[in-house]
Amino acid sequence: MSEANQSVQEFETATSRTDAVAEFDDPRRGVLGKLQHLLHVNPSLVPLIVLVGAIFIFGLLLGSKFFSPFAMTLILQQVQIVGIVAAAQSLVILTAGIDLSVGAIMVFSSVIMGQFSFRYGIPVPIAVMCGLAVGTLIGALNGWLVSRVKLPPFIVTLGMWQIILATNFLYSANETIRSQDIEANAPFLQFFGTKFSIGGATFTVGVLFMLVLIFVLAYALKHTAWGRHVYAVGDDPEAAELSGVNVHRTLMSVYMLSGLICAFAGWALIGRIGSVSPTSGQLANIESITAVVIGGISLFGGRGSILGSLFGALIVGVFTLGLRLLGADAQWTFLLIGLLIIAAVAVDQWIRKVSG
Amino acid sequence: MSDTTPVVQGRGIVKRYGHVTAIDHSDFELRQGEILAVIGDNGAGKSSIVKAICGATIPDEGDILIEGKKVNFTSPIDARNMGIEIVYQQLAMSPALSIADNMFMGREIRKSGFMGKYLRQLDRPAMEKFAREKLTELGLMTVQSINQTIETLSGGQRQGVAVARAAAFANKFIIMDEPTAALGVKESRKVLELIQDVRARGIPIILISHNMPHVFEVADRIHVHRLGKRLCTIDPKDYTMSDAVAFMTGAKEPPAEDAA
Repeated sequence: MSEANQSVQEFETATSRTDAVAEFDDPRRGVLGKLQHLLHVNPSLVPLIVLVGAIFIFGLLLGSKFFSPFAMTLILQQVQIVGIVAAAQSLVILTAGIDLSVGAIMVFSSVIMGQFSFRYGIPVPIAVMCGLAVGTLIGALNGWLVSRVKLPPFIVTLGMWQIILATNFLYSANETIRSQDIEANAPFLQFFGTKFSIGGATFTVGVLFMLVLIFVLAYALKHTAWGRHVYAVGDDPEAAELSGVNVHRTLMSVYMLSGLICAFAGWALIGRIGSVSPTSGQLANIESITAVVIGGISLFGGRGSILGSLFGALIVGVFTLGLRLLGADAQWTFLLIGLLIIAAVAVDQWIRKVSG
Repeated sequence: MSDTTPVVQGRGIVKRYGHVTAIDHSDFELRQGEILAVIGDNGAGKSSIVKAICGATIPDEGDILIEGKKVNFTSPIDARNMGIEIVYQQLAMSPALSIADNMFMGREIRKSGFMGKYLRQLDRPAMEKFAREKLTELGLMTVQSINQTIETLSGGQRQGVAVARAAAFANKFIIMDEPTAALGVKESRKVLELIQDVRARGIPIILISHNMPHVFEVADRIHVHRLGKRLCTIDPKDYTMSDAVAFMTGAKEPPAEDAA
């Protein structure tokens, strides 16, 4: 809000220099109008409030059992995979698309990293690079089908999801690479599981990666031309094209980056569960969409902040752990998450009705 | 280049779509510092010829000369890089982004030094300052703040921002495709004033419009397009609106001295 006020003031000085009278909209919007405007300017505020509120309530109910560095960092570790995948999902949804293949890309990439190391004896760092490359390639294929062949993202990624998953099972022969074998022969695969502690709180490289990734993407989306183009393409691709934005290149970059991030999530997945399992991460696509929606990013594209997705993922994590510690049936978590999703979309619709 | 060299000259332009000839050996001329209105019945091909000039369609035959030099645009981006700006009827803006972001869409300014070069950070203060100056120059000060999103502006204000954007970056000429068609009476007035302000700054304008009163109010010359080609170019001071409509529809033959 203060930033907006400041720029209004700057504008006033700019206009008074030319001795012109600037007209302003009636500032009396009323409390509800102000709130709507505030949320419109800062779309990640709602999930942040919900997150802080949830932590506060569970902290009151559970005391130090919940409100401890251990529990807090446990939540971070539990949401790291969904958080990373949600970052990829956010990018795609900001362009008014959706990526149902994120979980499949993640698992397939992790399987490639594992199988390339163990089946072919390729040096682990190179196997990891291959996994990352395959993820990016699948993203590129998604992007090409969406941008050039003009197929709806939902259909493209629905098909790709099945194709990759089937390829994943065929290629891996449904074989799990055991945690002990990885630890003994290819510990680099578990790199994202490396633990380090800061003041009694235990972090993993995966958690750190998720946080750094979100902040880097938040910067890129807000402060670079590429980021503005992502929003513009999601908002109105034709208008963006007419303004001179290369819509095809923007979409390709988004889907490729999404694929790459999912492949990183696959690497982080090995760190998290220890083993390479072709059956893991089956719900990552739905969970990432949940995080993005709760995080206040509009499914219609062009609106929202990637920080919101992090908050969305954390909200799910806080509810899951908090309710488990309270001894509630796990179904309560799903019930509450379901309510949150609907509430989040309702808030999005309300914010979009801008008081002009 | 002398002052009499036309800004745009089209010679014998042809564009066919299958059996349909959208542009049939048409000529075109935009002179320095003028507002040239292009009028024509629906389907006469007035949009087609303007599209050929700005690179949105590639003509099958004919030459297009910009300031006396032959050009071969393959996309509107080529034209834009030469300093030709287009204002569309349907507002080519991203509603959820700010005025400043929209003005610089596709040609953002990056910070100098490390932040700009390696972190590719946008120079927001510079972009906002420039956007503010351009809006102020054209007397568009009814906006609250340059960081306001486009969707919070009225239709007239949005078109105002679009015109300001075009005026800020055009150094050859501006094409306006029905800029007032989506606007109310009061808002149209404002945009017409803006168009005249832009001409006063020496930027020639091609104005495609259906609205005869608007055309007769601002145009210096009127290009009448009929059946895929230029029928005649008339001076609005010498003819009435009903004459223009009669030429457009074929109800009246154009005078020999004005014929294309």
